Formats: sequence, C-alpha cells, structure tokens
Amino acid sequence: MALPNDPDPKLAAYAHPERLVTTTWLAEHLGDPGLVVVESDEDVLLYDVGHIPGAVKVDWHTELNDPVTRDYVDGAGFAQLCGERGITRDSTIVFYGDRNNWWATYALWVFSLFGHPDVRILDGGRAKWVAEGREMTTEAPKPEQADYPVVERDDATIRAFKDDVLAHLGGPLVDVRSPGEYSGELLHMPDYPQEGAVRGGHIPGAANVPWARAAADDATFKARPELEAIYQQEQGLAPSDDVVAYCRIGERSSHTWFVLTHLLGFETVRNYDGSWTEWGNAVRVPIVQGTERGSA
Amino acid sequence: MTSSVSLPPQLAELVDEFAEVGPRDRLQLLLELSQELPALPERYTDAADSMEQVPECQSPLFLAVEVEPEADRRVHLFFSAPPEAPTTRGFASILRTGLEGEPAADVLAVPDDFYVALGLAQAVSPLRLRGMAAMLARIKNKVRTATAA
Repeated sequence: MALPNDPDPKLAAYAHPERLVTTTWLAEHLGDPGLVVVESDEDVLLYDVGHIPGAVKVDWHTELNDPVTRDYVDGAGFAQLCGERGITRDSTIVFYGDRNNWWATYALWVFSLFGHPDVRILDGGRAKWVAEGREMTTEAPKPEQADYPVVERDDATIRAFKDDVLAHLGGPLVDVRSPGEYSGELLHMPDYPQEGAVRGGHIPGAANVPWARAAADDATFKARPELEAIYQQEQGLAPSDDVVAYCRIGERSSHTWFVLTHLLGFETVRNYDGSWTEWGNAVRVPIVQGTERGSA
Repeated sequence: MTSSVSLPPQLAELVDEFAEVGPRDRLQLLLELSQELPALPERYTDAADSMEQVPECQSPLFLAVEVEPEADRRVHLFFSAPPEAPTTRGFASILRTGLEGEPAADVLAVPDDFYVALGLAQAVSPLRLRGMAAMLARIKNKVRTATAA
C-alpha cells in the first residue's frame, strides 16, 4: 500500500509532487507500514554515525554497483538488495542523504531503472533533518526479509550510454559540473585524481548549468518558478525536449535529472552515467574546451 | 608481515588490526578511529575556519604539519574534518595515530600504497580509499617542504 502524498503547498507546485516529501511529513509517517526510508550518502560511514530511526542504508559504491563491471547490479542483485532491506515492490521508498541529496537522487534514479513504482526524496535531505533537531539513532534496524521480484533494468528510457550521446549530439545536453570542469581548466578535483580524465572540456553543444543552481541553501530544491527561470527561461529548454544530463560520474547529474523529470515535468530526460570519466577518456570523441558551448 | 616492514610501529600495528578482522568490522574500526581524531590545538582553530576546501565533491579537510628542528626531525600532524565526514576523519585518524611523532625520514618512507594492506577496499570501495593516498601524499609534500627549508 502506497502512503499518502505530502500535501505541502511548495511541493504541490511541482509537476510530480508525489516524488517529494517534507521532513514534517516524514516525521509523522515514520514507522507506517509500507514505508521504507533509505539513506544514501557519499560518506560510507555517515549512516553509522546516526540515521533517521528505522532507515536502512544503501551505498552506491559498494552496493548499487556491480563489483567488477562498470555497471549497476542486475535484476537478481537488485532483488536481493531490496529483499534484505525489507523492501517489496509495493513499498513507498523515501530516499535521503548527505551532500544535497546527490546520492539519494542517484539511488532513486537507479531504483527507477528497475521501475520501482513509489520512490520519493526527502526535500532537504539529511542536513535539513539534522538542522531541525529531529530524532537520529545509531540503532541498526532489523528489517524482515522481503520478497522482491527479479525485474530487469530498463537501460533505454532514463539512462544514456556513450553511443546514445554521440547520436544525440546537436540535441539538448546539460553539463552540471562546475565551470572549471566544463571549460577544461580542471581535469579533476584537486588531490582527488581518481575521478580524473585524460582530456578536459565538455561535450559539444552542452549547456553548463551547475547542479547547485537548483538547490536552496538548506539543501531543499528551489521552488518551481525559480527552477523554471533557470532551465526554461534562461536555458530555453522545454518539457517536451529530449535532454541528456551528465557530470563526472553521474551523481550530480542525477540531481538535475530529478529536477527536470519530477519537479519540472520534462518527459524525456536521460542521465549519462558514464559522464566525463568516460567521455574525457574515450578515444576520438569530440570535445569542446573553454566557456562556449561549441558544436559537434 | 612483509607489508609492515617499512612502516612506523604504530602504523604497522593499525594495519595488523585491520587485517585481523572481517570487512564489516573494518568499517566499525574505521568509525571508532574517526571518533578518536583529536581536536585541533588552539593555535590552529582559527586557521581551520579557512580549511582547504576541496570544491564540489569531497569533504573539507584541514591539515597542518609541524616538523621539529632537531636532528631526527620528528613530525607532528594536526587534522580537522567535519563530523559529517566520518570516513575522511577515519582516514585522518589512521595517519595521525600511525605517524604522529615519527622522524621525517620514516614518514617519507611509508609506501604510497600502504593503505591496500588495511583491506578496506571491499567495505569502502577502492575509489574512496584513494582519498587516503591523497592525504598521505599531502602529508609527505608538507614534510618535504619543511625539511628542505
């Protein structure tokens, strides 16, 4: 049984208000049958320091990824991951996490590849919950093993591969990285060469709209009119456009994918999870350096 | 333990501790270490406000290195990382516990890939673990600069 939607007026203005809940709503519904709260963080230990009571942990690096191939877990692996956390196909899942919900939106996107029906984001994520002094615990939940069906991933609808992006050149592309990464000035974050690429720059034609522009200071999403001003008025994107978003490894672009798809109601948005760590290392793909979008 | 041969004694001990337990307990050990990272002494608390912020993706980390002027140039390490970055704090704590008070030459002799022996790759992911390598590289750079002067 799906839980009721959060009737909050800010959320109601979004294209798909059912994809978000406020901290107030979550506090009221904690422990409701059918609800599973999932924490997904950049920091692998953060959940263990303290989490929302009853929340389970899903780690992107070690659990959503296949351990060998650069890809996500398969249908069987996903069914096991969900079953162990007490998630059924009917569960209402609320994701939250650190870093403005990057990893929470990433996890939601991966769950969407498997078509999990009811997935929602806690607006403001972990930071807002903590800032409001809401309850946290280090007590590990002991979910009852659930039976989750083996569903194959749909890699065509909301996911783009390198060849898809090559075929898409000339169409709307959103590069959500920082301006320095976009121009090619920065190949990787200082001191963190592990996510580097041998070439710097951006995919020809890509607009640079850093993900953070969609986030308010308290890690919530900006209200719909502000988001429309950025993506629709300023960037000229339309909800009927076929859009591909990317960053460096696909996590920050999940944030933008969520904004475009669920908050602004864009119908066709794909996240290119290979992102710059693939494109910037691939042989003979076109690259543009500098602040101009360029063309293929 | 061949892997520990060139490690300072405290660091070698930590590596052995990690090696002795299973992957799940390694994460717990890292968590405990993250809680043991000492607070910065007063002379650095203002400096920590301007912590080296690694833009966009990783947690801010403040690192200061002091090297004694005497012959064996003992090294003192000071770290600060926010409580919402326990993994970064854990990595810092391993290096602090393992290298504090060691002679500069011994710090510089720590193999750049010593962290492989911690066996954290599975629990933390190899990608995250390289943050540890970056931290050691920063320490060595600062020690080199201080001892060259």
